[in-house]
Amino acid sequence: MKKSWRYLPALPALMLSGCTVDLLQPAGPIAEMDSKVMILEFVIMLLIVIPTIIATLVFAWKYRASNKQAEYLPTWDHSTKIEIFVWGIPAIIILVLGAISWWSTHAYDPYRPLQTTGNVKPLNVQVVSLDWKWLFIYPDQGIATINQLAVPTNTPLNFEMTSDTVMTSFFIPRLGSMIYVMPGQQTQLHLLASVAGNYLGEASHYSGRGFSDMNFRTLAMDKPSFDAWVEKVKSSPDGLDTASYPSYAAPQEAAPVHYFSHVQPELFDGIVAKYNNGMMVEKTTGKVMHMPAAGAGSMSDMNMKE
Amino acid sequence: MLGKLSLSAIPVDVPILVGTFAGVAIIGLVVLAAVTYFGKWGYLWREWLTTVDHKRLAVMYIILAIVMLFRGFADAVMMRSQLAIAYNGNPGYLPPHHYDQIFTAHGTIMIFFMAMAFMTGLLNLVVPLQIGARDVAFPFLNSFSFYMTLIGALLINISLFIGEFAQTGWLVYPPLSEMQFSPGVGVDYYIWAVQISGVGTLLTGVNFFTTIVKMRAPGMTWMKLPVFTWTALCTTVLILMSFPILTVTLGMLSLDRYLGMHFFTNDAGGNVMLYLNLIWAWGHPEVYILVIPAFGVFSEVTATFSRKPLFGYSTMVYATCSIMVLAMVVWVHHFFTMGAGADVNTFFGIATMVIAVPTGVKIFNWLFTMYKGRIEFTSPMYWTVGFMVTFSIGGMTGVMMAMPAADWIVHNSLFLIAHFHNVIIGGVYFGYIAGLNYWFPKAFGFKLNEAWGKRSFWCWFVGFYVAFIPLYVLGLEGMTRRMNHYDNPDWYPWELIAAGGAAIIALGVVCQVMQIYVSIRDRNLPENRDLTGDAWGTGRTLEWAISSPPPAYNFAVIPKVYGLDTFHIEKEMGRPAHGQALAPIHMPKNTSAGVFIGAFTFIFGFAAVWYIWWLAGLGLLGILVTWILRSANEDIDYYVPVSEVEHDEEVYSRRLAAAQAAE
Repeated sequence: MKKSWRYLPALPALMLSGCTVDLLQPAGPIAEMDSKVMILEFVIMLLIVIPTIIATLVFAWKYRASNKQAEYLPTWDHSTKIEIFVWGIPAIIILVLGAISWWSTHAYDPYRPLQTTGNVKPLNVQVVSLDWKWLFIYPDQGIATINQLAVPTNTPLNFEMTSDTVMTSFFIPRLGSMIYVMPGQQTQLHLLASVAGNYLGEASHYSGRGFSDMNFRTLAMDKPSFDAWVEKVKSSPDGLDTASYPSYAAPQEAAPVHYFSHVQPELFDGIVAKYNNGMMVEKTTGKVMHMPAAGAGSMSDMNMKE
Repeated sequence: MLGKLSLSAIPVDVPILVGTFAGVAIIGLVVLAAVTYFGKWGYLWREWLTTVDHKRLAVMYIILAIVMLFRGFADAVMMRSQLAIAYNGNPGYLPPHHYDQIFTAHGTIMIFFMAMAFMTGLLNLVVPLQIGARDVAFPFLNSFSFYMTLIGALLINISLFIGEFAQTGWLVYPPLSEMQFSPGVGVDYYIWAVQISGVGTLLTGVNFFTTIVKMRAPGMTWMKLPVFTWTALCTTVLILMSFPILTVTLGMLSLDRYLGMHFFTNDAGGNVMLYLNLIWAWGHPEVYILVIPAFGVFSEVTATFSRKPLFGYSTMVYATCSIMVLAMVVWVHHFFTMGAGADVNTFFGIATMVIAVPTGVKIFNWLFTMYKGRIEFTSPMYWTVGFMVTFSIGGMTGVMMAMPAADWIVHNSLFLIAHFHNVIIGGVYFGYIAGLNYWFPKAFGFKLNEAWGKRSFWCWFVGFYVAFIPLYVLGLEGMTRRMNHYDNPDWYPWELIAAGGAAIIALGVVCQVMQIYVSIRDRNLPENRDLTGDAWGTGRTLEWAISSPPPAYNFAVIPKVYGLDTFHIEKEMGRPAHGQALAPIHMPKNTSAGVFIGAFTFIFGFAAVWYIWWLAGLGLLGILVTWILRSANEDIDYYVPVSEVEHDEEVYSRRLAAAQAAE
């Protein structure tokens, strides 16, 4: 019962099939707030939209030319009371929505790190979008995957994201907010999965020929399962370093899941730096630093990946 | 010699394109043969192609818009049918290479060559008549603008048969649109088609801004300006402010592509977000450029058919002007997901929501214009009431997405697609069709068929909801726009319903074609003829005070304006005799310069797309020489003799008398 009002906008959907409506079935706090804000807004807007639509239809019917009983005021074109009303009501609604907007935009800023009650240590994931697949690097575990993102539940997720091709957008509908990924730039996203499950993840910005298959599964699982998953990845024979990276980064459509048991540290930084003359900004100090010469040199070859 | 152009550029291996080409070629040959058979080449050349008459240009703009509507709509039908098929491993019938061109062309054509052309057509038809002017400020420039729009449309359609179109989405976001990722000519077709038509639009803006500011009839002070003209003024201001941004942005993209510069490339300091900011600094005002004149149409239509003055005229003017100003400061809401700070997002989010206030005011004002009126339900009024319902819903989903927290989950999804079709179809398209039905008798002297008009309305209205409500749901189910195929079973039924909606809309388009056919067939029936010039009997503004169609010079005597809705006042108080002796009327002469500059521009644009530099140079030279010849020509005007004006006036008063006798 408590949750039933959430389905209001999807009423026709439920009538038809009762299928999953990802955005209205959040699996984490960010998704929950995003959808709550949207539904709250929807309800507030209905307060004015429904009466307006009804009034339109009622006036249109009542004052039709054939209805000679209805009052007709052929010169009436002004009423201060009504004018105050027509400016005032929308203004009040927008004032309320504006306040909600200010609060929710600040409180749920995708750049804002999340905290859990038990101060659980966040999981860092570096996301690189490639043509047309996703590379996930787990710097703390020293592993990487293509097109599969496993995360422990109830653990803050810190995503650092960039692209090694065109720009696109990183989105897991059930977990909430999306953020663009762009070459030469690092963006951030903070999410949390509170419910275990297997969720759709997608590139939510068109990026060329293979875009429709550029999606991945997000496996949210409890901590022990996650640790087991890490071990599974670590048993992969493949590793990812500046030498093997270009072949994995080459354009590929509908790429299968791939595991890497080890990743060269700073691979992510190198990918960002190669579009910035080998330079990047040190995150904690804000200082510009050169990537190690060897890394930068071999990285610049990646430009030639075609 | 031929740059990148070779025989392999002709897509003979794509049956859809070969079929389309055959169809276009057959229709084209039939039209050419018919013109030749009936000996109409001279007529076509003298009366239409070389005309500088704003009313004739308006008709040509609207014909162009309707043809482009067919093209854009065919694209839409292909997309919807592809997605109704391409499910669960079935690749559908459109491979990505073709499909990606279709959605890019659909957006580009519908916005630049359907909506913009239609809007410019309505402005051309109505604005000079409403302000009591005999033409626009720069008649030749007006013809030139039309040819720029036409050439842009031609270039984009040539890309169907020679080469390819962009596969980037309608705003050609880099770096995808850069040489590195789009080495073909598709993006170049886009750039030159849009740049060339953009020149036309910008000059239309200059032309109409000047016309409205300088050529209003004596006595027409700002607060006596008809509402449609107010909206036209606000739109031209937005054109003047935003189209230069588009030109510069695409110019920078061309420098990247043609000269290897790095404004928006991945490396060497290029920045994609610079492009996004620039293109939307044009793109957001653009949607208001389209919708504000539609608001003007609804204002005229509601007042005319409710037989009442518009409720809250001055409020309407202030609301329009505030929308105009706010339109310039909300562009970041197109990319709240860029990773901007919370303060930036909040500013643009709230600024966007604030637009809902003046827009809401407008809806209420139309509502209270109907209130205590005597509403005659003609087809323009159907489109208007349909708009008020549909646009309220579209506005609501717009406000929802103005909230950054909500936008973070629905950005780029089909929810967004549903939203903007909700406002573009429900607002812009309904408005333009209402305007077409409303002013058609003014342009041609006979009314459009009401029965077919209402049928097309019902098909469009119902079809819209069946086609786009499923897209809202799909957006909430996480489906991203521009997908070519998918395997999510939850999405499939909604795609099927949406395809059904497209079929209903197709019926609406068929009804519109029937409406035009039946109306032309029955044009001489007495109930369809507009003898008085006041086709609906309840017209309030100056365009209804003259014969339909008006003479080339519009007004035999420039009217004096002494209030809002002058013509309505005149009808109430009795129409005054001119009181003024007729004088010879100074008018611009027709010119073929626009046709020739257009032809050379086409050569230039086509050559630039294909890197045929000698031909591009030749085109450029042709443009320049024609321009110099035109500038050196002093024989550009003439006087309509009094005898001719007297004769026109006499015919008109005889018709008026006949119409009054018939009553």
